[in-house]
Amino acid sequence: MSALIDLTIAGIREGLARGDFSATELTQAYVDAIEAARPLNAFIVETPDKALAMAAESDRRIAAGTARPLEGVPLGIKDLFATEGIHTQACSNVLKGFEPPYESTVTSNLWADGAVMLGKLNMDEFAMGSSNETSAYGPVVNPWRMAGSNAPMTPGGSSGGSAAAVAARLCAGATATDTGGSIRQPAAFTGTVGIKPTYGRCSRWGIVAFASSLDQAGPIARDVRDAAILLKSMASVDAKDATSVDLPVPDYEAAIGQSVKGLRIGIPKEYRVEGMPEEIERLWQQGIAWLRDAGAEIVDISLPHTKYALPAYYIVAPAEASSNLARYDGVRFGLRQGGGDGIVDLYEKSRAAGFGREVKRRILIGTYVLSAGYYDAYYLQAQKVRTLIKRDFETVFAAGVDTILTPATPSAAFGLEAMATASPVEMYLNDVFTVTVNMAGLPGIAVPAGLDQKGLPLGLQLIGRPFDESTLFKVGKVIEDAAGHFSPERWW
Amino acid sequence: MNLALRTPDPKKLLKGATGDWEVVVGMEVHAQVTSKSKLFSGASTEFGGAPNSHVSLVDAAMPGMLPVINAECVAQAVRTGLGLKAKINPVSVFDRKNYFYPDLPQGYQISQYKQPIVGEGEITVDLEGGETITVGIERLHLEQDAGKSVHDQHPTLSYVDLNRSGVALMEIVSRPDLRSAEEASAYLSKLRTILRYLGTCDGNMDEGSLRADVNVSVRRPGDPLGTRCEIKNVNSIRFVRQAVEAEARRQIGIIEDGGTIDQETRLFDPSKGETRSMRSKEEAHDYRYFPDPDLLPLELDEAWIASLAEGLPELPDAKKARFIAEYGLSAYDATVLVDEKATADFYEAAARGRDPKIVANWVTQELAFRLNKDGKGIEESPVSPEQIGAVVDLIADGTISGKIAKDLFDIVWSEGGDPRAIVEARGMKQVTDTGAIEKVVEEIIAANPEKVEQLKAKPTLAGWFVGQVMKASGGKANPQAVNDILKRKLGL
Repeated sequence: MSALIDLTIAGIREGLARGDFSATELTQAYVDAIEAARPLNAFIVETPDKALAMAAESDRRIAAGTARPLEGVPLGIKDLFATEGIHTQACSNVLKGFEPPYESTVTSNLWADGAVMLGKLNMDEFAMGSSNETSAYGPVVNPWRMAGSNAPMTPGGSSGGSAAAVAARLCAGATATDTGGSIRQPAAFTGTVGIKPTYGRCSRWGIVAFASSLDQAGPIARDVRDAAILLKSMASVDAKDATSVDLPVPDYEAAIGQSVKGLRIGIPKEYRVEGMPEEIERLWQQGIAWLRDAGAEIVDISLPHTKYALPAYYIVAPAEASSNLARYDGVRFGLRQGGGDGIVDLYEKSRAAGFGREVKRRILIGTYVLSAGYYDAYYLQAQKVRTLIKRDFETVFAAGVDTILTPATPSAAFGLEAMATASPVEMYLNDVFTVTVNMAGLPGIAVPAGLDQKGLPLGLQLIGRPFDESTLFKVGKVIEDAAGHFSPERWW
Repeated sequence: MNLALRTPDPKKLLKGATGDWEVVVGMEVHAQVTSKSKLFSGASTEFGGAPNSHVSLVDAAMPGMLPVINAECVAQAVRTGLGLKAKINPVSVFDRKNYFYPDLPQGYQISQYKQPIVGEGEITVDLEGGETITVGIERLHLEQDAGKSVHDQHPTLSYVDLNRSGVALMEIVSRPDLRSAEEASAYLSKLRTILRYLGTCDGNMDEGSLRADVNVSVRRPGDPLGTRCEIKNVNSIRFVRQAVEAEARRQIGIIEDGGTIDQETRLFDPSKGETRSMRSKEEAHDYRYFPDPDLLPLELDEAWIASLAEGLPELPDAKKARFIAEYGLSAYDATVLVDEKATADFYEAAARGRDPKIVANWVTQELAFRLNKDGKGIEESPVSPEQIGAVVDLIADGTISGKIAKDLFDIVWSEGGDPRAIVEARGMKQVTDTGAIEKVVEEIIAANPEKVEQLKAKPTLAGWFVGQVMKASGGKANPQAVNDILKRKLGL
């Protein structure tokens, strides 16, 4: 049955329609693959019974001729999404035992379209991390290894479980979220496609909040078409999320295969950062060449405030997080410790035991930058920078640039624990090419573009105009066609 | 500045051991918005539900839940702003006020900090003795109420009831324009009246729908403002008066003893009639306000504001002016009648087509007295406007005397029924038959020759004869006819 798990979502759709296999057979193949891949630590909760029940319903629908757009497509769900009656902990101890009585809007949309739930995926605790090492469940192991080495590599983060599971064929696609690069960086590290749509495209309702003004859900998929298919189902306006946007969701798949002739592709000079490996530069030039060959027009552009994006991001995101995570107090749900000495004792002990180091670090930073006397110097200043970054993009788009091409990450995947002794800031530098997109609320896609000298995948990033995900899929498909597909060799 | 404009009124100064003191008061009133559901959730706002029976997932701050603004609460705040003759801000912003407390599930209160929905306005306050002052309103903003901690249900544990959590409050901030305990209570009373007219707050202080934080300071007349103390959560108009009085006395005592006032938050203990310290300025929270990223700035449409303005009811000041002009009432009677909209409506219904002053007397005296005695509101009055009107008509057409009218009112109050029919059935009609009255007068004169003799030296004794005649006629004799006949018969 191994052939079944190699199918893309588009392939599953055709196969099920033709009756080549049943949704139940497909789901069973994934259930087996997940069981065999436990060393990857990608799934922290497996829900095979639920998956098979959903697959059986899909088979009934297919037989009745009432198949829905994602009928029988087995998906993995990042642990940040609330799933009714099923473990939802944002991979944090502070939410120990939490099973929400509600389902997130994004996952509800997916189930309504016929998708099948395989289980919950590992991630950095509260989506705070770039290596999946902050998870309370331990890190995910990247299915990719350096050539000739058994050293475990990071799948990136925070959606490391989603990226690894898709790359290792443990699910046909996965939900993920991106606050500063948490979809695109792991996608780049695993040879998968990940898109962070425009802020407001997907509802945030039922997604455990990290930084509300930056968080956005999106898919990680095997290829560009699958990402387009999944986003179509995930996206919606939602009366329960005031920041979701009431625009029709286009048929993204229709963009796949369209010509990029005459499109203007901006190349921002500020993304050539110091210390960037030469092979990243080469990859970027290769991407430029592919798009030029496909008929696109390449223009050099400037986004002058780029260098301020990362420091500003690490003020805004922790500030919002420090407030968003105040609700984890041991009173109503999740972990409760202490309390014998009163309510403050309960707060202190529950939060001390419940949150990991990185989460605590960010709560402290966020609390600090919002404090009286520091607010203007930090938070307000960061918001001003954010406005300038947004304006940088608006200026180049107004000048006729259709999409912007950059590297997705400053390096390929690194070894697990390689950053153990590094300063947190070094880890934060992973987000240098991706945070600007969140700060400006724009859509960004990471598409695999090649392998580095050690045989690890590298990705390119495309940044689009607000709500112009279609152009990203169109251009991304051209890169994908030129670069080819990349799959890890199975060792687990 | 308003402060300099008001010349200290010697009558209002407090006498200390070392001279006179002026008390300065400003108030922050929390008024619960009249609305079916909460400010950011669909849960009911009904008072008195079983604990935690009106709590949505949003109110309980479950992970991933998002606030969505309730348009009716916004409309109520705008109506209130219009009623306070205040500037309505076309753009306002919701902020998070961060602090930990068991009855604050989110770990922050959503409030408005820098950009409130309503700006400067004013309230005209009538004081006893005919004086009128204008009190400046600094702002009105919308915010969430907290839940309630319950400490008396268990020997060692506290309970939390979240029914109130998320209910919309308007915080109405006055300028420090009040100069006495009487002014402070009159201000709160007038504000309550306006809110009840507008239907934007039921003003029910027993249920906590209206409560005041009272800022009190003292100074020598003409001096700059003294250090203020804030008395939290005063929940009756009477307590406001007592709290200001007690706090001003406390502060004067300290200063006259050579001490200084520490800025702090205090509580008023009505049983002891004193305020006590709650927390010092040093213990004050750093609330780390920042704009709530889950909510977009609130933008109000001018036409919508205009339509709300058009729908406003006649407010007490306008009604009072109209009552004086249209019905010829005294300012005092008009003030009393408009204090409650229901009373004013009752009055107008009863006064229609009758002598408005006489009806005013009946409503403000007989009816008000009975209602007060039985602890009833005007809405629960057993006597309807039509019944009062009928009583007044019966006096006006000479069917009954004023004295009989009071008996009749008592019967209508306790038994109900049509006043005219009662008068007929119970023979309460006034005797205007002069022949019959003459007969009684003659009998009385004949039976009391010594009194007739005394009358010559003491003309005031005529009243005794009137009383005897009225008594003998069972109160039904027309007093005017009795007077006339007595005068004639006794040669007065």
